[in-house]
Amino acid sequence: MGTPQIPAVSSLPIATSNLEGLARRSEAVAIPLAALLVGMVLFSVFIMLVGKSPLDFFDIMWRGAFGSWFSVQNSLSRAAPLLLTALCVALPARLGLVVIGGEGAIVLGGVAAAALGWWVDGASAFIVIPLMAIAGMIIGGLWMGIVGALRHYRAVNETISSLLMAYIAIALMNQLVEGVLRDPASLNKPSTHPLAQAYRIGNIPGMDVHWGLVAGIVACIISWLLIEKTRWGFAARIAGGNVRAAQIQGLAVGPLIVGFTALGGAFAGLAGMIEVAAVQGSANASLAAGYGYTGILVAFLARQNPLAIIPVAIFLGGIDAAGGLIQRRMDMPDATILVLQGMLFIIILFSETFYGRFVIFNPDLWKRSA
Amino acid sequence: MTTKLLISRRKLLQTSAAGAALGFLPYSGSVQAATSATVGFIYVGPKDDYGYNQSHAEGAAALKDIAGIKVVEEENVPETVDVQKTMESMINLDGASLIFPTSFGYFDPHMLAMAAKYPKVQFRHCGGLWNKDKNPMNAGSYFGYIGMGQYLNGIAAGHATKSKKLGFVAAKPIPQVLLNINSFLLGARAVDPTITVQVIFTGEWSLAVKEAEATNALIDQGADVITCHVDSPKVVVQTAAGRGAFICGYHANQSPLAPDKYLTGAEWAWGTVYKMFIDKLQKGEPLPNFTRGGLAEGFVKMSPLGPGVNAEGRKQFEATLAEMMKGGFSVIKGPLKDNKGKEVVAAGKAYPETAIELESMDYLVDGVIGSTS
Repeated sequence: MGTPQIPAVSSLPIATSNLEGLARRSEAVAIPLAALLVGMVLFSVFIMLVGKSPLDFFDIMWRGAFGSWFSVQNSLSRAAPLLLTALCVALPARLGLVVIGGEGAIVLGGVAAAALGWWVDGASAFIVIPLMAIAGMIIGGLWMGIVGALRHYRAVNETISSLLMAYIAIALMNQLVEGVLRDPASLNKPSTHPLAQAYRIGNIPGMDVHWGLVAGIVACIISWLLIEKTRWGFAARIAGGNVRAAQIQGLAVGPLIVGFTALGGAFAGLAGMIEVAAVQGSANASLAAGYGYTGILVAFLARQNPLAIIPVAIFLGGIDAAGGLIQRRMDMPDATILVLQGMLFIIILFSETFYGRFVIFNPDLWKRSA
Repeated sequence: MTTKLLISRRKLLQTSAAGAALGFLPYSGSVQAATSATVGFIYVGPKDDYGYNQSHAEGAAALKDIAGIKVVEEENVPETVDVQKTMESMINLDGASLIFPTSFGYFDPHMLAMAAKYPKVQFRHCGGLWNKDKNPMNAGSYFGYIGMGQYLNGIAAGHATKSKKLGFVAAKPIPQVLLNINSFLLGARAVDPTITVQVIFTGEWSLAVKEAEATNALIDQGADVITCHVDSPKVVVQTAAGRGAFICGYHANQSPLAPDKYLTGAEWAWGTVYKMFIDKLQKGEPLPNFTRGGLAEGFVKMSPLGPGVNAEGRKQFEATLAEMMKGGFSVIKGPLKDNKGKEVVAAGKAYPETAIELESMDYLVDGVIGSTS
């Protein structure tokens, strides 16, 4: 999947008029929404083919995902890890890299955090929790940084190497959790020693959603600022567009590639740390829950834009939250939701080919048709 | 199918404070009799996996005809915050008053967190981890002893094998799995003491490709009867039958997958347990916090013997089963050595299936080819 040739909205030259700017910005909203609508219509046909009512389906989807405060919190809880794992895809994507192995950074970040929490047991939580986060980020960053380095210095395909390294990471986690880091009391589900209660991350006040959501949103905003407002982000976008041109300009492409993949990995490692400290309480095989892979979906649907990751992750969290209610109310298998996700994914990717083609959204075409 | 949210008035009053404020009132509350209840089941994999999850779904299905009981089910729920939210969703949106999270990894921290948060809802977890001193009283555990089932599998396999080599595809070297492997070997050795069992660990509960590779590797090395302990034995059964090997099943009845090659299988009979809980619930009696049982208690059953079991095998199988049903049978008894030559059970010592020592088993007995690490 190549990155679309159309420059991102915010990188366009300042629109000559408000109307033109509005047209361009509407495009970025209208096309995905239209794609969503088409996907829902197609999915309705599928629902009717299996003899169920699409109206009931979307009604239950809405209630399960966003129809009540409980459902909203349910969706937000599920979105929290996806915000960080999507960044592991979106940041390298700005350099034209397709990194899909964020799962590896999650599990190793989680193991690192759990090991540190056990090792320094007794120290103040104000020190230990940030240290655990840093440990998770360093390990995740190193792990994905290797992918970037292999890519730049040895021309190893980053898509394949990141995926294969995810398998290695999971095997490494299993080895550690079943070996040196194992809590002997965890007989039938090998886990690390449980974190002391003081080192657990709680919920956002007034909400039944853990602090991982805030961490994810902050990380998305930082990433957006980095890409859009700093010279490193500018350099990365140039290198992503044309590596040769960037090198001729004297940009340090190698450090950029390694840095961006490592930063993405650090965010995924942070997701692992949060999973341990906020949800699981120890590191074990449950860390490999597939967040790294769902993050790929989120990043592509968000067109690799860190700010767009926020609504997309919440949207996917909502679909996930509604999936359970669909199973229970409509007696449909879990695969129903996978079919819906798959359909939406394909149609939204397909819709990218329409950017710049509609006269109404493209001021360049106005003059031509006038 | 109903889009109406079923919820009792009591539940409605409890939750409407939060719900009403945010316009969450689409449901019509209906007053329900004391004997009616919504019961939630949560599975970690698909309900039709021919394995662990199916065995629970079959148990849940046994409740669907009971008047006043509404069963809600959710499959493929990972052991993350997802399962916590699924439990809450069953409580808040479906009005569930009794929840069975069936996967081992749902217990700590997920079910414990929900049990603390919803003290009026009852939670019963499959896996036998509940501890009176540490865990809330609205939570509990149930589990079955299935080792004797694998021993009976071993007897059927011992009579069917010609190569005297049996194969075992196992997920992880944890106590429950090791007990099954050892029981299978000891059952087979009750037929012929020269029989060996080769074990391959896949490292994951559900990893179809590795399970198929392991099955093929075992058959390549001469094994002609295969059994397993993975979440879904489907791939192992189909691969083994395709290669012409006999199969002993596990978790659920896999004979429809290979009717000619299926000898028997050690199955869970969770319907017994679930019906017991529902019976008590409807009578208004307290639900037990800790329930365990084996073949004799109806928690475990054997699949009907297949055409591959000869008359002699059937005789020994049925005689051993009858002895187990009487009680007092021990699979693990001394003298017993592990496969490194170290004595693990002294002569004269016998562990009944309920023995606590078996729950920390960390060895493979003499005759099993393989290693726990």
